[in-house]
Amino acid sequence: MDVMYFAWVRERIGLPRERVETQAATVNELVAELMAREERYAAAFADTSALRVALDQVLSDFDAPLAGVREVAFFPPMTGG
Amino acid sequence: MQVRVQEGVFDAGVELNAFSARAEGAGAVVSFTGIVRDVAGGLQHMMIEHYPGMTEKAISAIVAEARERWSLADALVIHRFGQLAPGAPIMMVAAASAHRADAFAAADFLMDYLKSRAPFWKKEVTAEGADWVAAKDDDEAALTRWD
Repeated sequence: MDVMYFAWVRERIGLPRERVETQAATVNELVAELMAREERYAAAFADTSALRVALDQVLSDFDAPLAGVREVAFFPPMTGG
Repeated sequence: MQVRVQEGVFDAGVELNAFSARAEGAGAVVSFTGIVRDVAGGLQHMMIEHYPGMTEKAISAIVAEARERWSLADALVIHRFGQLAPGAPIMMVAAASAHRADAFAAADFLMDYLKSRAPFWKKEVTAEGADWVAAKDDDEAALTRWD
């Protein structure tokens, strides 16, 4: 699946998007896999209560299943308007 | 209904006149324009990042929700991204209805939801450096008004 990062999450991880091959069943499992990779991922995902997640461009939750999802995006709370 | 996500500047007056002309016979048009304000330390510019694809979908869903809640003749949302100078327009909303109560309520609702549910992120650049604008608890709490 494609994993995207925005705002300070993108800056901390150092890239805007990447292709991730995973068997993770939920967003939380995907986060755990990413955190185990490298310190920059561990730092970005240290406090998921400060993050939001979108699945296929719709706001979702960290306990949501990933079955059939093609695009996951992580970002801080939005500051539009 | 019109939703525009763009890098370029817009003229709020021209947009409002065109919107009002299209909403002929509506009786009430309410609009809001957000402008880049200066900050302590002196703002050099604001950078707005967004999530292309999701941005348009999220705003369209918010507008659709407003149209379900109130009787609207038309609605307009314009939101910019990229580098914006102090004093530049960031975004505008407009709502047209038969009577003012629906137009005011819909414009207020659109603003509350655009702040916290449309995927934009603001970064303020000053002489001291660049900082992401943190979301305010008040902005999230404002959404409960509409439950």
